[in-house]
Amino acid sequence: MKRLDVATGVYFTQGDIACAEGAIAAGCRFFAGYPITPSTEIAEHMAWRLPQVGGVYVQMEDELSSMAAIIGASYAGVKSMTATSGPGFSLMQENIGLAVMTEAPCVIINIMRGGPSTGQPTKMGQQDVMQAKWGSHGDYEIIAFAPSSVQEMFDLTIEAFNFAEMYRCPTVVLADEVIGHMRERLIIPEPEEIDKRIVNRKKPKIPPELYKPFEAEEDLVPPMACFGEGYRFYATGLTHDEAGLVRTDSAEIQTRLVKRLCDKIRKNRDKIVRVEKSYTEDADVCIIAYGIVSRVARAAARLARKEGIKAGMLRLITIWPFPEKEVKEVGEIAKHVIVPEVNYGQIVREVERRVNYKKITFIPKFGEDFHTTQELLSVIRRVAS
Amino acid sequence: MNVIHPLEEYTRKGMIPHIWCAGCGNGIILTAFLKAVKELNLDMNKLVVVSGIGCIGRIAGYINVDAFHTTHGRAIAFALGVKLAKPELKTVVISGDGDLFAIGGNHFIHAARRNVDMTVICSNNFNYGMTGGQLGPTTPLKAYSTTSPYGNIEHPFNLVYLAAAAGAVYVARWTAVHPRRLKESIKKALTKKGFTFIEVISPCPTEYGRRNRMRDPVEYMRWLKSVSEIRHFIDPREAEISSDRIIVGEFVDIEKPEYTEMLWAKINAIREKALRGELGFEI
Repeated sequence: MKRLDVATGVYFTQGDIACAEGAIAAGCRFFAGYPITPSTEIAEHMAWRLPQVGGVYVQMEDELSSMAAIIGASYAGVKSMTATSGPGFSLMQENIGLAVMTEAPCVIINIMRGGPSTGQPTKMGQQDVMQAKWGSHGDYEIIAFAPSSVQEMFDLTIEAFNFAEMYRCPTVVLADEVIGHMRERLIIPEPEEIDKRIVNRKKPKIPPELYKPFEAEEDLVPPMACFGEGYRFYATGLTHDEAGLVRTDSAEIQTRLVKRLCDKIRKNRDKIVRVEKSYTEDADVCIIAYGIVSRVARAAARLARKEGIKAGMLRLITIWPFPEKEVKEVGEIAKHVIVPEVNYGQIVREVERRVNYKKITFIPKFGEDFHTTQELLSVIRRVAS
Repeated sequence: MNVIHPLEEYTRKGMIPHIWCAGCGNGIILTAFLKAVKELNLDMNKLVVVSGIGCIGRIAGYINVDAFHTTHGRAIAFALGVKLAKPELKTVVISGDGDLFAIGGNHFIHAARRNVDMTVICSNNFNYGMTGGQLGPTTPLKAYSTTSPYGNIEHPFNLVYLAAAAGAVYVARWTAVHPRRLKESIKKALTKKGFTFIEVISPCPTEYGRRNRMRDPVEYMRWLKSVSEIRHFIDPREAEISSDRIIVGEFVDIEKPEYTEMLWAKINAIREKALRGELGFEI
């Protein structure tokens, strides 16, 4: 019988739709969201497709409740997600912290538009990359991907679910509006191919009376029982011990908990980080880019090569944890590093921490527009001469 | 002699004693809830208790079921996620007036509007107790709090009227001096399908009482007893709370299609249709 959850085929479709199909293929069976441009197509597609595969779509009263509801569904044992854009992403931040603290696997899609505030709802931006890392209060690590094609919207949404399940944490797909709305080819493989890629959370192997909900194994991740399975456990946003009990008066327990929450991601950095290297091995001039901008950057580097300039491009597929090793590496080879972003300086600051600032040329755009190939090519020529 | 509390098996080991002050009504709410659960012989493995932030927010940790202590105001939204994802679970939200009706007010009215199957119990102590006695959405006019030092000029919510207007199918109000009636009401709410709401007027001598001439817990309870008046099924807008009268009782008990049932009936129907190949993917 034909599988309804994996829509095997070749399509010409939008990034937002590819994202929704990726989520369903990954096993997402719960979506809670609130309409917001330019992510609404994800909600609309989920409202249409989720019931077909026995999943729940619920339209919430706002983004705060959307985020709370997906944590609830995750604790009930169902893979869950929400999709939003800048203003909604801001509203979700407090509960993203709750998902971090209570180790609730869930996925947040943020189709980035221009800000601050209501900004340019229908136009593209890359202004939420720092919000994704630092938006909630307290120390935490987040996993965030920046797709640069419709195909990657599908593939990285699956990855986002996998990492959420693997490390019991919220993960973010940070796509700029162009990626969300652009239409291009999407190939959805056979269900058997998808099944091989899917990761599910670890379940406890011990009886309920011995179960401690936040006692981690060697990988720093605790197995997760779910509500209704007879484990009768308690989870709180307050500082808690391994048994889940409130312990707000112990520096030792606070240290142990926060350190583990961060380290389970920091120590697995190499497994999470993905980059694309285009002609970087010998690049004198290297562009570091992500999202739609990386596609122009790749073209500009290729054109520069034809002119005899050794140019290259490092594309950040994983934005958080930051690909510091890879950035450092190209920074050591290159004489010049160009960072084009559709914001007034976010990822460039991370680059500055790993690459000599004298080598760096930052090219900002403020929203709606992004860089053209010719524009980046002329910057390459200028720095190379 | 080793004395075991009759409700011992219903409480979570390592979390008792609770944090509540002497004279607080939250312990009475906890006991009433546990007794209701016991008398109904509910399956403790299929019961989920969710709370928000505040003194009563700690209650989820004291009950030996699957329990979650959410962020401020978001208990209902979290509980809705649990309920829709796993409809066989009975979901209960127990939280405070500030949590449910100030920061979380939007979720309350929308959950009631949807008529999603959950029981919400609100401990109304007329102020923010945990942060030291500030003005809240239920603080009576003219009352003193640390942030209304010259007397409150904000009109308080009438919670039972609000719940009824938003669409709750069962609405009741009791006080801490009605533990038995409260327990019976909780039993009714837990067994009724749909969004059910119980407000409990809970004394807070430590923060509210001491600024409003009710510093003494016994005096506070005597006041509640003397001003309470049972008026079942009067129009909830008439169910006043004033210094000389608190109307208590059941105000709403109606039948209405429930959200989770409608949702899953729809999902199952669509799923079958899709399995029969009657729905295209239409990507």
